[in-house]
Amino acid sequence: MRIDGKGLIDRTRRLSFRFDGTTYSGFAGDTLASALLANGVRVLGRSFKYHRPRGILTAGSEEPGALVEVLEGAQQTPNVRATVQELYDGLAAQSQNRWPSLKYDVLAVNDLLAPFLGAGFYYKTFMWPRAFWERLYEPAIRRAAGLGRLSGKHDEAVYEKAFAFCDLLVIGSGPAGLMAALTAARAGADVILAEEDSRMGGRLLADTGEIGGMPGADWAAGVLAELAALPNVRLMTRTTVTGAYDHGTYGALERTGLHLANPGDLPRECFWRIVAKQAILAAGALERPIAFPDNDRPGVMTASAVRAYLNRWGVAPGRKVAIFANNDSARATADALAAAGVTVAALIDSRADVSVEGPYPVYRAAQVVGTHGRHGLDWIAVRDHNGERRVEADCLAVSGGWNPTLHLTCHMNGRPVWAPGIAAFVPAPGAVPGLTPCGAAAGVFSTAGCLADGARAAGVALAALGHAAPATPEVPRAEDGAYAIAPLWVVEGKGRAWLDFANDVTVKDVRLAAQENFAGVEHMKRYTTQGMAPDQGKNSNIGALAVLADATGRGIPDTGTTTYRPPYVPVSIAAMGAGGRAEGFAPQRFTTSHDASVARGAPMIEAGLWYRPSYFPRPGETTWREACDREVAWVRERVGVCDVSTLGKIDIQGRDAARFLDLVYTNTFSTLKPGRVRYGLMLREDGLVMDDGTTACLAENHYLMTTTTAGAGQVMRHLDFVHQALRPGWDVHMISVTEQWAQFAVAGPRARDLLNSVLDQRLNPGEWPFMTCGAVTLNGVGARLFRISFSGEHAYELAVPARYGAALFRDLVARAETMGGGAYGMEALNVLRIEKGLITHAEIHGRTTAFDIGLDKMVSGRKDCIGKAAAQRPGLLGPEREQLVGLRPLDHERAIFAGAHLYRQGEAARRENDQGYVTSVCWSPTMHSYLGLGFLRNGRARHGEVVKLADMLRKTEVLCEVCDPVFFDPEGARARG
Amino acid sequence: MAELLATPATDGLLPITYGPFGLTDAAPARITSVAPLAGQTRAFKAALKAMGLGWPAPNRQIRAPGGRIVRTGAGQAFLLEADPAPLAGLGALTDQTDAWATLRLTGPAPDEVLARLIPVDLRPGAFGEDAALRTALGHMMSVVLRAGDGIEIMVFRSMARTAVHEIAAAMSAVAARRG
Repeated sequence: MRIDGKGLIDRTRRLSFRFDGTTYSGFAGDTLASALLANGVRVLGRSFKYHRPRGILTAGSEEPGALVEVLEGAQQTPNVRATVQELYDGLAAQSQNRWPSLKYDVLAVNDLLAPFLGAGFYYKTFMWPRAFWERLYEPAIRRAAGLGRLSGKHDEAVYEKAFAFCDLLVIGSGPAGLMAALTAARAGADVILAEEDSRMGGRLLADTGEIGGMPGADWAAGVLAELAALPNVRLMTRTTVTGAYDHGTYGALERTGLHLANPGDLPRECFWRIVAKQAILAAGALERPIAFPDNDRPGVMTASAVRAYLNRWGVAPGRKVAIFANNDSARATADALAAAGVTVAALIDSRADVSVEGPYPVYRAAQVVGTHGRHGLDWIAVRDHNGERRVEADCLAVSGGWNPTLHLTCHMNGRPVWAPGIAAFVPAPGAVPGLTPCGAAAGVFSTAGCLADGARAAGVALAALGHAAPATPEVPRAEDGAYAIAPLWVVEGKGRAWLDFANDVTVKDVRLAAQENFAGVEHMKRYTTQGMAPDQGKNSNIGALAVLADATGRGIPDTGTTTYRPPYVPVSIAAMGAGGRAEGFAPQRFTTSHDASVARGAPMIEAGLWYRPSYFPRPGETTWREACDREVAWVRERVGVCDVSTLGKIDIQGRDAARFLDLVYTNTFSTLKPGRVRYGLMLREDGLVMDDGTTACLAENHYLMTTTTAGAGQVMRHLDFVHQALRPGWDVHMISVTEQWAQFAVAGPRARDLLNSVLDQRLNPGEWPFMTCGAVTLNGVGARLFRISFSGEHAYELAVPARYGAALFRDLVARAETMGGGAYGMEALNVLRIEKGLITHAEIHGRTTAFDIGLDKMVSGRKDCIGKAAAQRPGLLGPEREQLVGLRPLDHERAIFAGAHLYRQGEAARRENDQGYVTSVCWSPTMHSYLGLGFLRNGRARHGEVVKLADMLRKTEVLCEVCDPVFFDPEGARARG
Repeated sequence: MAELLATPATDGLLPITYGPFGLTDAAPARITSVAPLAGQTRAFKAALKAMGLGWPAPNRQIRAPGGRIVRTGAGQAFLLEADPAPLAGLGALTDQTDAWATLRLTGPAPDEVLARLIPVDLRPGAFGEDAALRTALGHMMSVVLRAGDGIEIMVFRSMARTAVHEIAAAMSAVAARRG
């Protein structure tokens, strides 16, 4: 019900929205909750376990009951707090956890079964038969319980992540936060003021007290106008600071586009990481309910929420409102309602020693002992010294006192401290370095106290920042009443008294936990699920631990709180992972030949971050194998072209470059002459193989190292480490040139002919033996040529500055096609190298040594190298090692698979009999056989033996002959020729 | 053979505009990584001085009419635009012209756009006229340079598409906030 003339809503802008299919209207400035209340809608959802009707309890992000699904096209956002969702024209929302409708929910039968469904019931009830738990009981329970549902589709909406920096982060914009921000900003500090609400002002928007002789909301507007005009202040509304992390870093979630009918290019949410030299926590306090019988009925709300709906949104949550409190705020609520013309049905103060008077019935030393009404509150039962009576009321405003919002102070293991005077926990001093709690968040509850405390906190921060703080900040006059509270946690009576409205945890459940010896607060939480719903126990933690303290006789300070962890409010994973969906997961690296490869229909495969062509299909080919076989044949018989730019290339210069290479490679490079290339093997410090590749001597003291595609980053990091940490005095300068050069392998018997057709000077065979390099030109463009081979054929690699890569690739491929060959992809490259027994990271996978791969002779005896000593450790040499071998199925056409394991012929394929494993396989069109590379125990001594290759996934066993890993051209004549 | 055609690193990707923000190609004519060789440091710095430049401190760049020099690592800097010939024999010189895509982001407060991707304070007060950084742009290593009222970003040539895509998304979102 709207109250004329009240509220900070814009009554000139009427908005239409739908809830559960019914169209309603509200005003700009409404939340979904205030608009539904204004329309008389009291039931918004069903509870998690018992499917009890749930209404609106609060007016903030702590709301446990009013959780709805918001629908936008294909998007379905569950568990949206109606108290946070701002109204926009066309907003569509629906209730959740009910079937077939909110009013008639079949599973409300759970509520009748409640005596059997207490805390931990499923631990006891569904124990037998054992196998039923996973297949029947758990899925059934999960279906019956629960909150909102996702759409089941990918969330393709736009989210954002961002960083922000400041001297001072002020969290919360109530009187304390505004005063802190104003004081710091006037002193020149770089300030961010973050406010969870859509509008700044905190309780000043919801309460009617005056500051400096004007309404609190007007004072807030004046301060905000001044802050907005300052260049050193950034105001962030709709931004909840969700976590405090190391070194002054705070996480924050901003609702960027969720409040708009047409957000355009605005992201839905932005997840901020704010780095602040100092921070002030002015997050206020949360009012807590009282656990009395049937206190969960829609219509029961916190007293502060009733005032907020009245003053901020101009909505009376009921026609006849009763108030039940254990502190002085009851009277403020009653007076505000009465002043607005709402009938105050009763003021029920649990305290005996107070004098409350007003134009409404007052019950002292009284308690609410029951609530009644089918789909919402109709009347309450009040008990005082005269006995029990019935009070007609459709809304009950409850205040059990206030809990400071100290969550952030606990995010770095701080434990809050019990303050008996206010019956609440307050932040421990210095709990988060650089974070100063103030105002209600620090347990200061009067407006005047908050203003003064905000100024004090700003002084603390300014001093830490080295700014001059004003000696006596101007603090305006405001209400300074004392906060008088007499703790009341539980009202005993008939019926269940709810603590956690979201997860359906009652006083009885907590007492049961204590009785069953889940008496620690963390155990109680997990046994009852109290505090584990989307509100994370903001409304129930303190009440529940008070009940537990009473049940165990320990007292509240000794019982302590559970651990407050980030995030303070639910944060969508989509916001934290903004931009990371699908291809956004990692950067994509494209070669200069990418477009040409894609244009030729090549399926691209990922190699690290790079995309490389798998094969180049031709019309009429139906399988990748046909294309691969054809490309292999081209290289063996004609000429093939392959982009090898993705291999790491590292330029190494300096007086000590040669001995540096000797240190990082197992073999010697200081003897390598300019114009020559050598294959090198690199070990990790633990002696296992790290990477391999060729290094060319371009000139004296100038080398070009190549690495594998996958190992490029690791090798660069390793070289930097060796230089900076192990040999800092050496004159060595390294830089990656992977990106500078586009490099193409030209391989096959006609490779030289092809190159001669593009190079400005023909290659003189005498000057270009195997493993040489030199500078060449292509129509004047400087290029580098290396005579190296990864295919076993007569082959070269030609490198040009990357700008020419796209043009050169197309040109080389066209010429190769003219010569009866063409482009080849990764599949053919793999077959070619397996036929030659050349290793890749399939073989040097991090657990193999130079000895294992048969390259121990490459570890020079005449010098030391990184990993040499470690490679000599017992167990890394000898016949017990699994050694690289070739494998050829006895039936050549019988397919074999990588990942299969090797066993002796005649032994069962069991773990105890394991003899080794297969790392690489291919169909070799050259050898007309499947070929494999693998590691076999003492394999080099077992050439000729027949072993059993067992693939446990495909359930195949194939007999293979063990042989030398070099299947094709073992003398290497073709590469040298 | 016929002339080889050159393809820019940002071929077909730029320019793009979102609201007040623009992203253009800003590739310098030449990029050379330079590092003084042992025993040549003094002569190396003298040669830079003669070019109107100097050896930049970490996270700094020095400008001269003929070019810029940007500190990029331990004992390493990038010489932009200028011909490195005067440094021959004094430093390890490596051509990097084709290795990088260089983008220039302009508009009011380009730092707001890059705050979506770069975890460093790029506001003018913290990232002034002579500032230069090696830092992460999303998951990409980059060189970030203050360039007048704009900011230049250098990324690996192979990552140009991802970089442009991610910066464009940030431009779009920030432009939408500005309305």
